[in-house]
Amino acid sequence: MQPADTQTVVLDNGLTLVMEPMPDVQSAAFSLLVPSGSINDPPGQNGSAAVLCDLITRGAGDYDSKQLSLVLDNLGVQRSENAGSMHLSFSGATLAENLTQVLQVYGDILQRPRLPADQFPAARAGIEQALMALEDEPRQKVILELRRRCYPDPWGKPADGNRDDLANLSCDSVAAHYQRCFRPNDTILGVAGRFDVHEIQDVVQREFGDWAQQEAPEIVSGDLGERVDHIDHDSTQTQIGIAYHSVPYAHPEYFAAWAAVGVLSGGMSSRLFTEVREKRGLCYAVYASLNSLREQARVLCYAGTTVERAQETLDVTLQELVRLGEGIEAAELDRCRARAKSALIMQQESTFGRSAAIARDWYHLGRIMTLQEVHEQIESLTTDTVLDHVRRYPARDFTVVTIGPQALEVCLEVP
Amino acid sequence: MKFHEARLDNGLQIVAEQNASVHSVALGFFVRTGARDETSDVSGVSHFLEHMAFKGTERFSAEDVNRIFDEVGARYNASTSEEVTLFYGAILPEYLPRMFELLAGILFPSLRQDDFDMEKKVILEEIGMYDDQPTFTAYEQAMRAHFDGHPLGSSILGSVDSVGGLTCEQMRAYHADHYQAGNILLAAAGNVDWDQLKQLAEQHCGGWPAGCFDRPVQEARPSGALKVVTRDSSVHQHVMEMTPAPPATHELRFAAELLGFVVGDDSGSRLYWELVDSGLAEAAELGYNDYDGSGTYLTYLGCQPDLADANLSRIHDVYESVNRDGITSDELATAKNKLTSRIVLKSERPMGRLSALGGNWIYRNEYRSVTDDLATFNSVTLDDVRRLLEAYPLGHTTTVAVGPLKALSIKSSSGNGSPSNAAGGDGSSAAS
Repeated sequence: MQPADTQTVVLDNGLTLVMEPMPDVQSAAFSLLVPSGSINDPPGQNGSAAVLCDLITRGAGDYDSKQLSLVLDNLGVQRSENAGSMHLSFSGATLAENLTQVLQVYGDILQRPRLPADQFPAARAGIEQALMALEDEPRQKVILELRRRCYPDPWGKPADGNRDDLANLSCDSVAAHYQRCFRPNDTILGVAGRFDVHEIQDVVQREFGDWAQQEAPEIVSGDLGERVDHIDHDSTQTQIGIAYHSVPYAHPEYFAAWAAVGVLSGGMSSRLFTEVREKRGLCYAVYASLNSLREQARVLCYAGTTVERAQETLDVTLQELVRLGEGIEAAELDRCRARAKSALIMQQESTFGRSAAIARDWYHLGRIMTLQEVHEQIESLTTDTVLDHVRRYPARDFTVVTIGPQALEVCLEVP
Repeated sequence: MKFHEARLDNGLQIVAEQNASVHSVALGFFVRTGARDETSDVSGVSHFLEHMAFKGTERFSAEDVNRIFDEVGARYNASTSEEVTLFYGAILPEYLPRMFELLAGILFPSLRQDDFDMEKKVILEEIGMYDDQPTFTAYEQAMRAHFDGHPLGSSILGSVDSVGGLTCEQMRAYHADHYQAGNILLAAAGNVDWDQLKQLAEQHCGGWPAGCFDRPVQEARPSGALKVVTRDSSVHQHVMEMTPAPPATHELRFAAELLGFVVGDDSGSRLYWELVDSGLAEAAELGYNDYDGSGTYLTYLGCQPDLADANLSRIHDVYESVNRDGITSDELATAKNKLTSRIVLKSERPMGRLSALGGNWIYRNEYRSVTDDLATFNSVTLDDVRRLLEAYPLGHTTTVAVGPLKALSIKSSSGNGSPSNAAGGDGSSAAS
């Protein structure tokens, strides 16, 4: 693991710039997290963040919509804008020499968007089309429906909105979302790649330094959804989603939680893949992953299988989740460590991966965790520490969602 | 960057691009076999065989295979396309010998009957999974209709019937015919020691049977089709259209790639501004796919059903205008800027270089560095694009729609291209 020379600068207005220079590459990448995600969607207006995310690139500063797209294309930016539950995220990567110009353009997008009223119907229609397309992707939909039920509102709210609420949005309401949420304080800019840190620092100070602070809107937490639910769908396979509680990224036991999920689902020798797919041939895809918000986290599991084998698939999967508490072999943990080590080292080959990781670190931890530190945390795990964690946070109190032609019997108290 | 090549006595080709500044090495065995090389009675066997490789050899059980790959921290998988079955992994250099032995070993699996029976269930689940994805159904049906009577029309996954009826003996025979050293390329990219790689290849691949499987590569001459698959459970309408484009060895393939960016990239392209920016469609894209001897422009439209007819006619108007007037020099310049940056970004990871390295060698028997690619793309002129559009105009020779609609009303294609000379390609779709 090479020591990384990460640097952090907090502007007077609270915007945090985190940088990781990578001298061996030709590219540079950025990840901008703006605290304006769907948890800020007003009641009855789920989709407000998603429409804002589309509308905000339709012209900013001196650029109209087409000019903005063209200038970024000509700078070679491979970019994406996403509405998540916490953030609107703006990320991209390009040739290193273009980075400073790209950051200038994003200064316009974040602080001087035109939010043109004449383009609002198109932006909203685009989001509606995306929601319709999702209906034809049952594998994605089941995870969305699972999140909606296993996290309290508004954390489980679909970041892309819902079709009924879209009708309640207007250009004014979306502009109000922008006014209410967009602010430099709590905004994080992660940059990784080949650049001069002083130059980037100067550009960010110049482009974002005058952005005025404002207070963060209050978020009121609501209730959890149904613990067991089924959605009827005429399909060949039944989609199964299972969730249970775990610990978030900032928690002292996070790496033990990560290893526990790794024993279940990291690699093809993991338990779920071995027991559900390899030994029984019940499905093509089965996995578990650790999903972390800042204050809460869940393990999210997925399996997709034909209708007649769905019940067995659900039963076997739940059994495997519970069986974890009975013991973990040293070899299982060793394989998790080996996979983590190579993943960490390979992450050093991706400017995009590093820019996203350091921005995410700052959001969750208020500091950057170097790859070396992650490596040490993982090396220090023992089967006892992982098992202790699993027993303190056992797989139980499941939320189960299925999508398919028929509902399943869900026995939540697995023997 | 340093390029190396070699060939073992049994015909196995080896290529490597050495880059000491990266941390990992990516390794791939490109087997020149896929759906197009299957007869209809064994449809799906290439892909099923790819799965069976991971069930192990005399030396390694199925559990050993999964366990060892994880023990060395490999990022590995396999995929099957119309033309290539690829087994690949990225790894830290110190673990290369261990992964090499395993990856090479599984290309000659035991094919045990009980493993075969169990894995057949997994394959049938995979078919079921894709069956629930209308975009995949539209792609597969479009390939079948467009390449009707040509080997490229064969399904990668096969059907429930063909896979259900397949026997282990049929698979063994297929393996013996297609997994011969002369039909396989070993490629490595990244932090690799060339001498070590050659020695590992001698040790673990030197005993592979010699021989090569010849595939007919005549250029397809699609007569065109319109097919509507009505699916009430689908919310969106998914439309795939295909029309002939340059084959993999054609000199105009670089122009075709750039034309795809100008006309149908997922942002900033003509289709994007016409249909996606305006909220008329969720997706409207044009891409260029090249194969051994043939090529396609592939159009994808995803939108609400009541807009499908009008959207298709907008797309066809865009194509007519491009065929008639070409593209502008500004558009070409922007496409080059986008592509240059993507090529450089992709090349920073060994896995990104592996696909380019293997693809160039298996289809064209040539090595192209990142610098070569950048220079070639940057030298494409408007005149090249005009020549391309004359030989291979945009169009909609074949249309397949999947969704709630019972019919489509579209004008017949203006772009029934008359493909010229044949040769080489990069498969577009892959199942893993």
